[in-house]
Order: sequence, then structure tokens, then C-alpha cells
Amino acid sequence: MNERPASRLGAGLRLPFDPLLALAAIGLIIASLVTLHAATKTDVPGDPNYYVQRQGVFFALGVLLAIALSRIDYSRLRELKYGLYGLMLAGILLVAAFGGVTRGSRRAIQLPFFEVQASELGKVLLIAAIAAFAVDRARHLGDRDTTARLVLLAMIPSVFVMASDLGSGLVYIAVLLSVLFVAGVSWRHFAGLFGLAALSMALVIAAAPALGVTVLKPEQSERLTSFLYPSDDPGDAGYQQNQSRIAIGAGQKTGRQEQATQATLNFLPEERTDFIFAVVGERWGFAGAAFVLSLYALLVWRGLRILTMAKNLYGALIAGGIVAMILFQVFINVGMNVGIMPITGIPLPLLSYGGSSVIATLLAIGLLQSIYAQGRVAAATKGRGLSF
Amino acid sequence: MMIEPSGERRAPITPQLALRVAIFGAVAFGLFAIVFFRLWYLQVLSGDQYLAEANNNRFRELRIAAPRGDIVDRSGTVIVQNKLAIVVQLDPSKLPQEERELAAEWGQAIGRRAAKPKGRRGPPVPIPGIPTSDLRGRYERLGKVIKTSAVSIHRQVVRSLTLVPYSAVRVKTDVPRSVLAYVLERPEQFPGVTVEETYLREYPRGTLAAQMLGTVGEVSPDELKRSRFRGVKQGTIVGKEGLERAYDRYLRGRDGVQRVQVDAFGRPIPTDRLRDTRPVGGQRLRVSLDLDVSRAGQRLLGSTGKPGAFVAMNPENGEIIGMASSPSFDPTLLTKPITQQRYNLRFNENAGSPRVNRAVSGLYPTGSVFKPITALAALQSGAVTAGEPVSDPGCIDIGDRPFCNAGDIANGPVDMRKALSVSSDIYFYRMGQRLFPLPGQVLQSWARRLGVGRRSGIDLSGEQPGLIPDSAWRRRLNALERKCRPTNPGKRPCYVLDYRDYNLGDNVNLAVGQGDLQSNPLQMTIAYAALANGGRVVRPHLGLEIEDEQGRLVQRIKRSTARRVKMDEANRQVIMDGLRSAAQEPGGTSEPVFADWNHDELPVFGKTGTAERQPKADQSWYVAYVQTKDRPLVIAVTVEEGGFGAAAAAPIACRILAEYYEQKSTCAAGDSRTR
Repeated sequence: MNERPASRLGAGLRLPFDPLLALAAIGLIIASLVTLHAATKTDVPGDPNYYVQRQGVFFALGVLLAIALSRIDYSRLRELKYGLYGLMLAGILLVAAFGGVTRGSRRAIQLPFFEVQASELGKVLLIAAIAAFAVDRARHLGDRDTTARLVLLAMIPSVFVMASDLGSGLVYIAVLLSVLFVAGVSWRHFAGLFGLAALSMALVIAAAPALGVTVLKPEQSERLTSFLYPSDDPGDAGYQQNQSRIAIGAGQKTGRQEQATQATLNFLPEERTDFIFAVVGERWGFAGAAFVLSLYALLVWRGLRILTMAKNLYGALIAGGIVAMILFQVFINVGMNVGIMPITGIPLPLLSYGGSSVIATLLAIGLLQSIYAQGRVAAATKGRGLSF
Repeated sequence: MMIEPSGERRAPITPQLALRVAIFGAVAFGLFAIVFFRLWYLQVLSGDQYLAEANNNRFRELRIAAPRGDIVDRSGTVIVQNKLAIVVQLDPSKLPQEERELAAEWGQAIGRRAAKPKGRRGPPVPIPGIPTSDLRGRYERLGKVIKTSAVSIHRQVVRSLTLVPYSAVRVKTDVPRSVLAYVLERPEQFPGVTVEETYLREYPRGTLAAQMLGTVGEVSPDELKRSRFRGVKQGTIVGKEGLERAYDRYLRGRDGVQRVQVDAFGRPIPTDRLRDTRPVGGQRLRVSLDLDVSRAGQRLLGSTGKPGAFVAMNPENGEIIGMASSPSFDPTLLTKPITQQRYNLRFNENAGSPRVNRAVSGLYPTGSVFKPITALAALQSGAVTAGEPVSDPGCIDIGDRPFCNAGDIANGPVDMRKALSVSSDIYFYRMGQRLFPLPGQVLQSWARRLGVGRRSGIDLSGEQPGLIPDSAWRRRLNALERKCRPTNPGKRPCYVLDYRDYNLGDNVNLAVGQGDLQSNPLQMTIAYAALANGGRVVRPHLGLEIEDEQGRLVQRIKRSTARRVKMDEANRQVIMDGLRSAAQEPGGTSEPVFADWNHDELPVFGKTGTAERQPKADQSWYVAYVQTKDRPLVIAVTVEEGGFGAAAAAPIACRILAEYYEQKSTCAAGDSRTR
């Protein structure tokens, strides 16, 4: 019953894919387009679909890349680990050196039609690279040495990113911790790491300013604590929190539909990006917000499941990193919208407007699909699957 | 390569990994749960509140100021009216914390300084500079537009925050309309700045009746809690003192509301569906004052160069026809923000305390104008009979002290009528002496009954009850002295020199309106009116009617009925006869003043008074009653340090009466040198 596949492509297309994962992703894509349309139709005079169209393009591009990625064997990326790491670092350093300043921080390189946020793509690159480095040390995973190297690897880009974008920098750390966790790093190391992390946070926020050393820029530290003291001044950091909370609360059970004016009347700052969830909350109420959250929960669940069925350690580590990336971003962003988390500039994956984030997230989903496909095939063929 | 159909079997995972995945899953579940619950709380449980807030964001209610009612005199001449002005104000809640703290600290510093005894206060506390450069920039931007310096704005803000922390800081009144438009179009450049059209009070009669009118200001948070301001919104202008306050309920209009839809920067968005609420103007207050009479009085008092006051009242119904207190002031000064320095310059003791209405707030010994009250007490209690002659040799001894007429003039034997006419002190010293042993403090009791030593309830601010000295009062004072003197530096007396009781000498002094007696022109007016009208102690008032803008009567202000004091008609006639003689018959202390007065139609009954008020010079008094059927009048005039009653107060009273009754009379100063 051996058959030569009619074509590689045909065989590739016949690789299994996780339908629920795909459903979650598609659901979020649709939600994003619909919400963006509602929120931004009055932003650009004469062109109510400006942002929707651009986001649509990003989605199309991302989905294509994701499908392509899902049909290849992710294990090959392991060989490219140096290249991936180098690419990530190069991108981040380029932005740090030449990036345009938006909202007080350098995040992206401005190109003629769009901007490239290297830190977004970098998250996926880091996952692939650090997972590879971990797998290299598969036999020494319990060692302090291993842990130390992996930490260092992740901290280097993280520090650069944190300098301008604290939130994204923290995502890098979340990814690192997840990879270490799944890899089986010992509990004691974790305890030590957490202690270190807690200490450094306390130092940065409290102690250093007292000594006159500013580690966080004023607006960064203000953003971190402003959720404790929301305020009325549109210029204030806490104002955004307040308005977001008002917007979401006002949505009540089923939303205000057309009456949802918080976003259109400019009350919600950054409604395309950081506060897109508040728009959902205001328009479609608890029903809508819960639905969107459920889609993310579905995504996370499928990701964890894929982790358990990965054919090799590399796949498991990548899946773990991706799940952490998504979970962390969702929790921080939604938390910020509902007023229980400080303000950081983390986008909501797939929902927020922004090409770099969308494409990076879809690449990550593509990777998950790849891990799924390879895992299923390997299980079926006991160790060897069809690979390119 | 064999491809078997993929089954549901997965590669087995290690138990440790399974555990870690389980933990990972649990963490993920926990995070989602937190967010879900928070969402539930916000949207389902607290949704209403946020919905209201979302709507609040969107709509702003702008106040449309309502014009306050005018105040007019009894013939309709306007005394207080409104002027439309455009004012620039700063909302204190939109000022940075540093500025508010600075104001609080400065307020405390000047409070501490004021608490120190005079002479040990040290230099005045300067207002510190603008605390942040951001704020300086804001003030400078605003200052450029309203042509004021940033520092000046800052100082005004600090002063205002100290005095009225809840109120918007009025930075400039009367700016041109172009400024209004400029600021309204750029709300993001001028955070916390409101420019609005509002009404200011305007006083076309200048300083006339200034003390009676009162002031207006923004309602304070404490006042909002009171029932008289129920239904009043924050930011409404209400009357604070005087007539403005007494009749605020009528004068105050109802502010309108303009509903505007705004975006997050406060910029108005044109929408047609919104309904405004029109403002309702306040009602007009007509007062009983006759401006000509008041003006005459104020001018005459002012020309003496000394502080003084007068009251002219209709004895039948208590309507105040004329009232003035000198020195007076221009009320316009108080419609705009004024610095403490300038206020002190214009209004403190050195400037003559012009805001004090001496007609009702004065605390003076009255001298001989008190004698008719003593007369009534003596006659009613039987201490003397009307015709009984009492020897007046010029000086007598009571106890071991000599009591004399002014200049030791002897009047011979005098009866009640004569004693009043020539103002014999000796006669009334005797009355004081005779009344003292009678039970029940007869003299004080009659004085109080006639309205002395108590508030009349007139619809003005600042009325003082005055003081009738008696034994209870003296005992209280002694007790205070006992507590106070040991703590005084050098153990010097605080209030009194000794701890004696109220004694005969005190009563004798009281009988002639001296000693520790404290009263004012209004009380004398009320007392004489009661004597004139047969025992009715009327309640004086200025408010007459409430009218709408066209002048149509809305409501006549109800008065409480007069209190009745029972007095024998015969006794009353004797007293009135004595007063008539004093003003009309040769030998009477004020007869020369009314020498060419038309007594046939307008008989004058008057009493002079010259009160000793050491260390100051004697105070001049005159109280008179003019008996006519239609327009009776009781008038009381006093001039501080004016000398003899006939010299200063009586001619002024005569001239005021001449104005009121349209008489031509010389009203020369009298030469009577009596007390």
C-alpha cells in the first residue's frame, strides 16, 4: 500500500490540521475586522474602511504564511537556530538604533507604507531559537549551567526591547520561563529565577528612584502604577484605564451597538490597538467580550494539547513558548482594559490593529499547526512522518 | 513509505511533563477565570453605573446664568440692578496638586500670623512663586489672552483658594467677547478655564444705602446643606449679606441649562436634538426706602466729617423710610476680586469701617434721648406723678457722689413735662434713684419692653442687640473678671475695675442714658414709635413687595404684628407733651432748631441727647416724631463726637424732615448745652 504522492503539494495539503485551532484563529480574525470597522469608521474622513482594509491585508498575508509554515516540518528550524537568533537580535538592534519614535518609545522601523515592529516578530523567532538551544542541552536540562545559558540568551534581546517597550520585553521573559518550565528545569532554579525577577521589579519601581537612579522612564513607571489611581485628565495615564473601564462597563450584558460612542468620540484612547477589547466590551457587552475570551481560551487549550502530542521535545518547547506568549499577552491586555492590570503597550493578539503583531501571531499558529501535523503523522507512523 | 491512517494514539509523554502541562493548564485556567469574573463584575453587576458615566462623558451641561431681580426703592427707582459681564474663571479641581497645596500652606501661614497679637505679627507672609513650570506655561498662555501677568493670575488663584476653596477662581471680570470666543474654541489649550457670560450687580446710586444692600457670591458647600438653599445647584450666585440675603429666595432666579455634546477634549459637537432649559430671571424687590430721604441724610451726615447714622421709620407700620450710615462706600468694589491689602485700605478701622451699618450695629450710650423711657417707667410704676415738682438745683448728691446738670445749670423745681423740655438731668437722676429700690428692676424692664437691648428682627445683616446694664449682667461680668484677671499680664483688669454689684449709681446713670448702656438709632426709633403710636412696638423692615420684571405685584411681604405694651394714655400724653414742648416751645432744647418749622400742620415732638463716651468727645443725638395723619415719621440721628445734641444731630434731623415733608426750614443749630 505504498503510494507515491501525486505531488508534494498535494501530500502536504493532505497533512492533518487542528480544526479547532483554525476555528479559533478564524473567529478572532473575523472579530477583529468587525470590531475595527465599528471603532474606526469615523477616524479617517472619507474612508471608513481604511483600517479594516489594511488589517485585512495583514491577515491575508499572515494566513498564507501560516498555511505554508504548517505544511513543513518545524524541526528543520532547529538547524537554523543561529540564523533565527541573529535575525531577531539584528531586527531589535536596528529598531533601537534607527526606529521612529511613537508615543514616546522606539518600537518600529518606519517603511513607506507600514512599520515593522521587530519586537513582535522577534517573539516568534526567540521561541524557535531558544527552544532549539534548549533541546541541544536536552541531556543536561537539570543543570544550573543550562538554565543560566538559556536565561542569558533570552535576556539579551529582552533588555533591549524593554528599554523602549516594557510590555513586550516582559513577553520575552514569559516565553523564556515557559520554555524552561516545559523543558523540565528544576524547581529550585525556578524559585531562584522568580526571586530574582521579583527583586528586580521592586528595585526598578521603588528603590531605584528613591536613590535617584531612574531605570524606568517616568511615563513607564507612571503607567505601571496608574491603574491604582485612575484619573480624569485625558493626558494622564490613568485616564485611559478609567475610560476603558467605563466603556466596558457601559456595555453591560449585550452591548450598546450603535450607541457605543466611547470609541468613536475619542474617549477611548488607542482604541485600535491597546484598548480594542474595550470596544468589544462596549459594543457587544458581556456576551461579546466573553465570546472573544472564549476564543482565546480555545486557542490556549488547543496549544497545550498540541504540546502534549508533539513528536519531539523541540515541538513541545515551541508549543509551550507560543502558548505562554499568547496567554501572557491576552491576560495583560484584557486585564489592562478592565482595570486590574497596569498599562503596558501590549497588543491583543489578532484583535489589535497592527501588521507585525498579526503576522507574528499567525506565524505562531502556523507553527502550532505544523507541530500538530507532525505529531499526528508521527504517532501514526511510529516515529517518522512525511517531511520535506 | 507506508502511511497508516492516523489514529487517535499520541506519543506517550513523561509523567513529569504531564504534571508540568497540568500546572500550565491550571495557571491558564486561573488567569482566564480572573478576567472573566472581572468582566462579569464590570458589565453585569456594575454596568448601570458605567453606562451613566459613559453618558456623562458625552454630555456637558453648561450653566446659563439667570439675571437676579432688581432692588428698587418705594417709588420704583432702581438701587441695585444687573450688568452683563463676561468673566474668566479657573476650576480649582483642574489645577495641579502643587498649586492647591501651596494655597493651603499659605492660608495656614497667614492664619498663624493673624492669630498672633497685634504688634507682634512680623512682616506679611508673601505668596510663594508658581510651583511648576508647566503651570507657569498655562498661566502665561491665559495671561496673554486676558492681558494679565502669570504671576498676577497665580496670586489671585492662591488667595481665592484660601478664602473660598470650593469656588471657581474668578481671574478676570469684564473681558471682551472676542476673548470668550477665542478660549471656547481652544479648550485643550486652556484646561480648566471657563469663560462665561454672567451677571454682576451694579449700583447706579453709588454709595447710597450701601450697608443695607448686602453682597452676593457663589453658594458655599455649607450653605447648600441648609434648607433655605434647597434645590440650589452648586455654582449658583446667592445673596450673602443684607437685603440680598434676606430676600434671596425672591431675588434669585433659576439658572438655565444648555446641554452640549462634547468629545473627550471638551470640544462641543453641534447637535440639534438637545433641548436647552431657559433661565428664569429673579423677581424684583421693592423696599420701603425713600431714596431722597436717605440721600439727604447721608449727605448731611457725611458733611460733618464724623461717623454717624440715622433712621427714619413710619411708626404705624415699621416701614423704614430712610436709613444711612456714614462713612459709606461704593459697593461696586465688592463685585470684583479685591486684594486683602486694598480691602483693608478701604474698609478697616482706619478707613472708618464703612461697611458697618451704624444705624443697627452701633453700640452707643444714648444720653438724654433715653429720658422718655425713664419717664414712662417712673410714671407707670408710680415713682412719680406727672405734675409732681422735683427740685433741680443744678447739682445733687446721691450716695456720696455729686450728680450735676451739664454746666451745673439749675432749672428750679420741674415737673415731668418741663424736665423733658429742658432736659433736666437732676430730675431723671432722681427718677433713677427712686426706681432703684423697686422690685423687678423697673427701669430695665420698661426699656426692654420698648425694644432697647434686644434685636428687632429687621431684615438686614449685622443688627446688634445692644446692652441694658442690670444686676444679672453685672454678676456675669464679675464672674468673667474673676477668671480673666489672674491670667492677665500684670494682673490688670480685663473688663471692670472692681467686683461690685450693680448699684444705685449705675441706675442713676442709666436713667439718663449713660453708664454701661449700649444702644443704636434703630432701637431709639422703635421705642419712640411705641410712645407715639400708643404702645405698639412695631417690627421694622425694609422689604415691601415682590414684583415681576414689569413691576406687577406678585406678593406683599407679610409682617408680624406689633407687640403691644400696655401704658396709661395719660402718662403717654404727658411724655409726648414734654417732647412737644422741647421742640416747639421756647426753653425747649431743640426749639431753636425748628424755629421756622410749620408746627401747625407738621407738629414735631423731639428730644436732644448728648452722650458722654470717654475718651472720645460727646456724641450728639436727636430723636423726633412728626405727627400727621398720612405720613407720620419717627427719626433718630446720631453723630459720633458731634458734641451737643442740639448742635449736630438736631439740625440734621430737621433738614431730613424738611426734605421728606418738602418744607423750607432754616434748621439752624441750637445752642442748648444740655445732656
